[in-house]
Amino acid sequence: MSRISPEDVKRTAALARLSLSDDEMESMTRDLDRILEHADQLKALDTEGIEPTAHAIPLRTPLRVDRAAPAIDPEQALLNAPLREGTAFAVPKVIDGEGE
Amino acid sequence: MSQDPMDRYEVVIGLEVHTHLKTDSKLFSPAPVRYGDLPNHDVHPIDLAMPGVLPVLNQKVVGLAIRLGLATHSSIQERSVFSRKNYFYPDLPKGYQISQYDEPVVSDGFLDIEVPTKVNARSKKEKAETCVKRVGITRAHLEEDAGKSIHDTAVAGSDATLIDLNRAGVPLLEIVSEPDLRSASEAVAYLRSLRSILRYIDVSDADMEKGQFRCDANISLRLHGESEFGTRTEIKNLNSFASIEGAIHAEVIRQSEILDDGGQIVQATMLYDVDRNRTRVMRLKENADDYRYFDDPDLIPLQIEEAFIEAIRSELPELPEQKRVRFAEEYNLGSAEAEILVSSRSMADFFEETAQACDSAKAAANWISRDLRRELNERDLEVSDLELEPVVLAKLIRLVEDGRLTAKNARDLLPELVDRGGDPEQIMQERNLEAVSDSGLIDTLVQTVMQENGEAVELVRSGDDKPLNFLMGKVMQASQGKASPGEVRKTLVEKIKGNGTSGEVS
Amino acid sequence: MDSLTSQRAGLESGEFSSVELVEATLSRAEAEGRTLGAVVGLRGESALSEAAASDSRLRAGEARSPLEGTPFLLKDNMVMQGEPTTCASKILEPFISPYEGAMAEKLRAAGAIVIGRTNMDEFAMGSSTENSIFGPSHNPWDPTRTCGGSSGGAAAVVAAGVTGYALGSDTGGSIRQPASFCGVVGMKPTYGRVSRFGLVAFASSLDQIGPMTRTARECAWVLEAISGHDERDSTSIPEPAPRLESALDGDVSGLRIGLPKEYFVEGGTDPEVLARVHAGIKELESAGAKIVEVSLPHTEYVVATYYLVATAEASSNLARYDGARYGRRAEGVQDLDEMYRRSRSEGFGDEVKRRILLGTYVLSAGYFDAYYRKAQQVRTLVRNDFQKAFDTCDLIAGPTYPETAFGLGAKVDDPVSMYLGDIFTVSANLAGLPAISIPCGFAEGRPVGLQLLGPALGEAGLLRAADAFQRRTDFHEKRPVLDGISERIQELEKAR
Repeated sequence: MSRISPEDVKRTAALARLSLSDDEMESMTRDLDRILEHADQLKALDTEGIEPTAHAIPLRTPLRVDRAAPAIDPEQALLNAPLREGTAFAVPKVIDGEGE
Repeated sequence: MSQDPMDRYEVVIGLEVHTHLKTDSKLFSPAPVRYGDLPNHDVHPIDLAMPGVLPVLNQKVVGLAIRLGLATHSSIQERSVFSRKNYFYPDLPKGYQISQYDEPVVSDGFLDIEVPTKVNARSKKEKAETCVKRVGITRAHLEEDAGKSIHDTAVAGSDATLIDLNRAGVPLLEIVSEPDLRSASEAVAYLRSLRSILRYIDVSDADMEKGQFRCDANISLRLHGESEFGTRTEIKNLNSFASIEGAIHAEVIRQSEILDDGGQIVQATMLYDVDRNRTRVMRLKENADDYRYFDDPDLIPLQIEEAFIEAIRSELPELPEQKRVRFAEEYNLGSAEAEILVSSRSMADFFEETAQACDSAKAAANWISRDLRRELNERDLEVSDLELEPVVLAKLIRLVEDGRLTAKNARDLLPELVDRGGDPEQIMQERNLEAVSDSGLIDTLVQTVMQENGEAVELVRSGDDKPLNFLMGKVMQASQGKASPGEVRKTLVEKIKGNGTSGEVS
Repeated sequence: MDSLTSQRAGLESGEFSSVELVEATLSRAEAEGRTLGAVVGLRGESALSEAAASDSRLRAGEARSPLEGTPFLLKDNMVMQGEPTTCASKILEPFISPYEGAMAEKLRAAGAIVIGRTNMDEFAMGSSTENSIFGPSHNPWDPTRTCGGSSGGAAAVVAAGVTGYALGSDTGGSIRQPASFCGVVGMKPTYGRVSRFGLVAFASSLDQIGPMTRTARECAWVLEAISGHDERDSTSIPEPAPRLESALDGDVSGLRIGLPKEYFVEGGTDPEVLARVHAGIKELESAGAKIVEVSLPHTEYVVATYYLVATAEASSNLARYDGARYGRRAEGVQDLDEMYRRSRSEGFGDEVKRRILLGTYVLSAGYFDAYYRKAQQVRTLVRNDFQKAFDTCDLIAGPTYPETAFGLGAKVDDPVSMYLGDIFTVSANLAGLPAISIPCGFAEGRPVGLQLLGPALGEAGLLRAADAFQRRTDFHEKRPVLDGISERIQELEKAR
């Protein structure tokens, strides 16, 4: 202990939009600390100059011809909407200063 | 202390332009790109971030990005990477935006723009003195647009925010300039020039009212002669030239007042309130989200081959600056006139076609840059919207040049041709507007007018030329505007004063 | 008629119709399938009407593929138009897919009948099918034990003979480990072989769909039907579906099988499991294969590497579950931030939250290079290990998992020990390679899996060896005893 502090977990949970109860905070901090302890073994490896792998199989970017397909039926688009108004999704109001 | 903060401070501006690329379908989905549809009518499950969907890159955007890169003398990266920018917002359905981050497709270019030689030009004369300024382009990268949140409860009719994802996934090119601009008018000149290029090379319609061309401005001040940059703020989402100019002025005043009072600028994202002409802090940068950029594992890095770039280069149209120089030389036009004619590619093409068809570049330039432009402005149209064909305008010009139609009657016919089209010669004949060059008829009309206005004739004869215009008007009226004004004047003067010449009448 | 082989034969000979087969399958799915906690959703009526259409094709001699008329189950993370997909998560309850995923599309086009969905760990995050809103799946061989995960439901239905085949998805072993626990064949193809379009993403660069069957030959049939290029998936390999069945000639003479010394160290793996695996390899050797020792020196690092890469991608992939457009939204939320926080906190289970937090953390400012980028670099080293190993061998063999099926609840409170069990499976995902688990015996009555790994696009070679093995052994013909299992499970649930 400890690689990760309860404050780190709190900050991370805020980024991920998760709320944790006090109990969850404690258990998550403990679990994450143990996982990171295991992950720290990677530090022993010298990876200087090693290219990172993002995709294991080398491929070329496939490109899609710029042709518009019919849009999805708006009723299908909104089929699962928890709340809607007309054909718009409705969400609770945004409190000023959030996001973009 | 001087009233104008620009006398004390140097203004440093860098711009980030977001321009919609001209495609039929979205950046990563085959949904149509359309404007003004009902909410969520132009979406694919990909744009809704349904579980299990995957992005596939639109081929056309690659070529468009390269075009912009070449037109701004930039380098095109052989390899560029799409990353995820992670943040939560309801108009961002995936919870991340796919954007190029540390490996953009275009980088290190520039744009030459024409600006007043004096940065703080105030008078008309100062503003007229211009020079060419080179503005660096740091990078241009591809990214997807977000949807729209409708916050206005009056529109929503409830306490909710409404989400429309029609715009989500529309391809954007973000073009980032170096902090090379030194005034609001330079910023606007840069944006106008950039917009014009985007349209020329058919990369974007860049219609600001449709949100296709939006700008964020980074602004800082420093004392003249200072080499370090000051702390900057970023004004978001400026979508008209007027608001860009207003926002920069307002922010310069705000910052200068803080600095004058010995305060410090805090790095922040600002919003511009057009109604109150003020900028206000939207959020502080220190609270900024941690976007956790990483390469999108659903997409493979984009590889661009040299041959592909060369193929695009060979098809690149002539750019506004090149055209302006060519017009001035080839057609012997003044710089102001040439500037107007190259303002859009359709305008320039219209001019060249008209000039060729009427065989008088001078007259075509004159007609298009003055008369036709006035008609367009009145109708809020672009040349590209016109039904009027260059050959039709050329015919009209030819009639005037040949003395068969007076300039006035031709100008009167223009609105009708713009609105309804038609054959100028036929209309002229149907309405019996053909210019009267028959000197016998003009003689008769002059004679009659002189008889009916003896007093005026006497005044002229006694050396007062003022009533001459009045008499001319009478004759023109009697000819239904068809008589050549030069001919009428000549005849009047001859008849009143004998063969002697009169003072210049116009 | 509980194997795909017998079902094909019966349909082709006209011994029974697809409708009869689907009816019988549906009733088994309702009974054993539900009892085992392996089946979580059925579409009886639609399946029967599709079976009727399939019968007309069969009668007219217009079978679309070898899978014509055969029933199967999708894993509950593969979408199908008009049907629910939950990923065993509260956050997708309810969710009806408005579009057709590639698997439903391909297999329906092949004439196969989707009868429903199988249980899994929530968002495929787990190795025991215990992290599920539907409750755990029970191992048909011993209902007190897990059937592995995350494709535990799929493995259980095939082991219990509910369907002849099922589809699983494998991000770090989620097909192969449950196949090993349940005594069936499970294959993770080369990354990009099978389209991911319509597979709910866990970790995009690792996820791959594959078949779960009783035999290698059946596996070949299903893989032929589901693989091939899909232009809707940018990571799909631009190769047509491979012809696999012709490769199953039983001939492994001269085949070089590499045994990585790191996979056979003392103490790591249950000795009983090691013994069965060794015996299995011997079997191949006696069929003419050559055994060579190879080394995969970065084996001890693969679990850490895998969990850093997978959770980072997952943290971003799961951001879309926000309660705005579909799925669960918490009740009575007043503002946007509350909607996000409460919908996600109430909607995701503990393991998913743990992984989202870990992934968010390793991507965040200040930790990216130390964890995420580092893991991607080690991923390169792992790939290089395999490249080198395949210079001297044609495929690699070893245990699929260090032990047989563990008890329900045995590891739920110990995530690290749960993760460490993935040591033999995650490498194939990190390196994008194909791998298969086949039954190679029993330890204390529980199945043991032998894993074969091949080079990229080497599915045919893997299946040839697996088929050759099955020609000489009968482990795949053993069936769990299901009599009285329902009562036993009821007692277990009561005890809990």
